[in-house]
Amino acid sequence: MTLTTRSGDARAERGAPPDRKPRHPGGRGRGRVAEALWGYAFIAPTGIGLAVFHLWPVLQTAYFSLTEWGYFGGHTWTGLDNYARLLADPEVGRALVNTLGYTALGLAGIPLAIVFAALLNQRGLRGAGVYRTLFFLPVVTMPVAVAMAWRWLYNGDYGLINHGLSLVGVDGPHWVADPATALYALAAVGIWSGLGYNLIIFLAGMQAIPREYYEAAEIDGAGRITQFFRVTLPLLSPTAFFVSIISVIGSLQLFDLVYVMAGSGPAARANPAFPRLQTVVQLFYDRAFVTNDRGYAAAIVVMLLLLITAMTAVQFRLQRRWVHYA
Amino acid sequence: MREPRARLGAHVALIAASLVMVTPFAWQIVTSLKTLSGATRVPPSLLPEGRWENYGRMFELLPFGHQFLNTVLMAAGRTVGQVLLSSMAAYAFARLRFPGRGLLFGVFLSVLMVPPQLFVIPQYEIMLSLGWLNTLQALIVPGLFSAFGVFLLRQFFLGLPRELEEAARLDGAGPLRIYWSIMLPLARPGLVALSVLVLLWSWNDLLWPLVVNTDPERMTLSAGLASLQGQFRTDYPVLMAGSLVASLPVIAVFVFLQRQFIQGIAHTGIKG
Repeated sequence: MTLTTRSGDARAERGAPPDRKPRHPGGRGRGRVAEALWGYAFIAPTGIGLAVFHLWPVLQTAYFSLTEWGYFGGHTWTGLDNYARLLADPEVGRALVNTLGYTALGLAGIPLAIVFAALLNQRGLRGAGVYRTLFFLPVVTMPVAVAMAWRWLYNGDYGLINHGLSLVGVDGPHWVADPATALYALAAVGIWSGLGYNLIIFLAGMQAIPREYYEAAEIDGAGRITQFFRVTLPLLSPTAFFVSIISVIGSLQLFDLVYVMAGSGPAARANPAFPRLQTVVQLFYDRAFVTNDRGYAAAIVVMLLLLITAMTAVQFRLQRRWVHYA
Repeated sequence: MREPRARLGAHVALIAASLVMVTPFAWQIVTSLKTLSGATRVPPSLLPEGRWENYGRMFELLPFGHQFLNTVLMAAGRTVGQVLLSSMAAYAFARLRFPGRGLLFGVFLSVLMVPPQLFVIPQYEIMLSLGWLNTLQALIVPGLFSAFGVFLLRQFFLGLPRELEEAARLDGAGPLRIYWSIMLPLARPGLVALSVLVLLWSWNDLLWPLVVNTDPERMTLSAGLASLQGQFRTDYPVLMAGSLVASLPVIAVFVFLQRQFIQGIAHTGIKG
C-alpha cells in the first residue's frame, strides 16, 4: 500500500477548519480540556495500533538488520555484517537487477494508459462505461488468480499464446520458464493488470482540463492530434508524474505475481528462469520465512526502503524537466 | 466528415484492447470446465467440456470451504474495524482541537511513507509471542490500524459543513454524539469508498496471510491457492476453477459498487 499526495489534495487542505476556536456554550476553559480529552480518546485506538504494529516495527527491523538469528531463537549483534554480505551476494544483485528491470518495463504501461484514457475520454463515445469496466476488471481480481491464469496462458506446451503463435508459424518460447523471456513475460502481466488503474487516474486528470482550452485550440485550427499533444499531454504531466511515482513504488515491491509464477524455496530453483524472476521482496520473504535468516532479511528490506526513497527522490528531481503545472 | 471515421478507429482500438483484457478470464473459464487431458491437448481446444465437477473437486484439492470462510471473516473484520477506528481518529483530526494535533497527524502520515514489508518480521514476532499464529485474529488485528484510512476520511470530514455540528453543539451534544449521529451519516460516501478499498486489499492480500497462517485450514484463499504452485503435478482445470471462485466475490462487489471503487481510487490514487 502506497500513497502520495496529489496536487488536488492541496485544495482540500485549504478547506481545513481555520484555527479559530469553536464556541462552547459552557465555560470556555473546561470545554477546551474536555474537547482535547475527547480528541485523544478518538485517536488512541488507531494511534496505539500504529505505534505497536507500524512505528515500533520499523525501528525493530532496523535493529534486526544488525543482528544474526540463531535457528533456536535469540539473535546476536553483528554490526554491519549483514550489509557487507548483502553487497557481495550475487542473489541480491540479481534480485535488484530484476526488480529495477521490471520497474523500468512497467513504465511502458503509462503511455499505453494515456492513449486508452484519451480514446475513452471522447465526448459521447458509446460503450465507454463497458470498456472502462473491462479495463478495470484485472485491477480488482485476486493477483494470485491472475498469475495462475497467465501461467497457464504462458505454458510452453499447452498455452494459448504459443498455440496462437504456431498458427502464424512461430515457435514460441516457454515464457516464464525461459531465462531470456521470463522478466518480459512478468512485466507484461504487470502492465496488463495495472492498466485499468492508471487509466482511471488519467481519465480523472483529463476531465479536470477546462474545455475552454480545447475550444481555443480549435479556433486556432488545431486538429485532434495537435490538441492531444499541445493541450492534453502538457496539462496531464502532473498526473503522469503522480502515476510514475506510484507505479515505481509499486513495482519495486512486486511479490504476488513472482511468488505464483516462480515460487519460493528449493522447489522453485528447478525453474531455469528463476534467477531472472526473483525480486527483492520475494528474496526477503524467502530469507525471512523459508530459510529463517531473519537478520539478513531485515537488511534486505532496509535496502528496499533506501531504494524506494532514492528512486522517489530522483523522480522529484527530474520532474522540473518535464512536468508543467498550469 | 472525419468525425465518424475517428470514432470507428477508437472503437477498433478499444475492442482489441478489451479482448486482451478479457481473454485470460475467458480462457480460465474454458479451462476450468475441461478434464486434465483435455486441457493439456495439443493443439488446445477452444471449447469447454462441461466438467462442472471440477468446481466440486477444488474441495478435495484444498480445504476450500475453510479458506473461503477465513477470507470472508478476515475481509469483513478488517473492513468494519478499520473503517470504524479510522473514522474516529479522522474525526478528531478534522474537527477537534487538542495540543499536538498537527504533530500527531504528521506521525500518522509518516507511516504511509514506509513500505509495508518493513513491518512484517516484527509483526510476525508479535503474533508468535501472543500465540496467535494460525488464528483468525492474526489475520485481522494488524489490519485494523491504518494511517491511510485516517488520511482519506479526514479529507472527507474536512469537506463537511460546520453548521449542523454547531447546531448540535448548542443543543448540548458532546463529541461522541456529534461523531456518531452527525459526522458518520454525512461521511457515508467516504466510508463506503474506504470500505470497498479495504475489502479489496484484504481479500487479495497474500504476503501477510502466507506468513502467519501456514496450517491449510487456517489459510486464506490467496495463500491456499498459491501454496498449490510448488506441487509437482498440478491439476490446472481444478486450479482454474478455484481461482475463479476465489476472485468472484470481489468482482461481484466491484460490478455493484463500481462508482465507489473508481472514486476511491481516483480520489486517493492508492493501490493495494
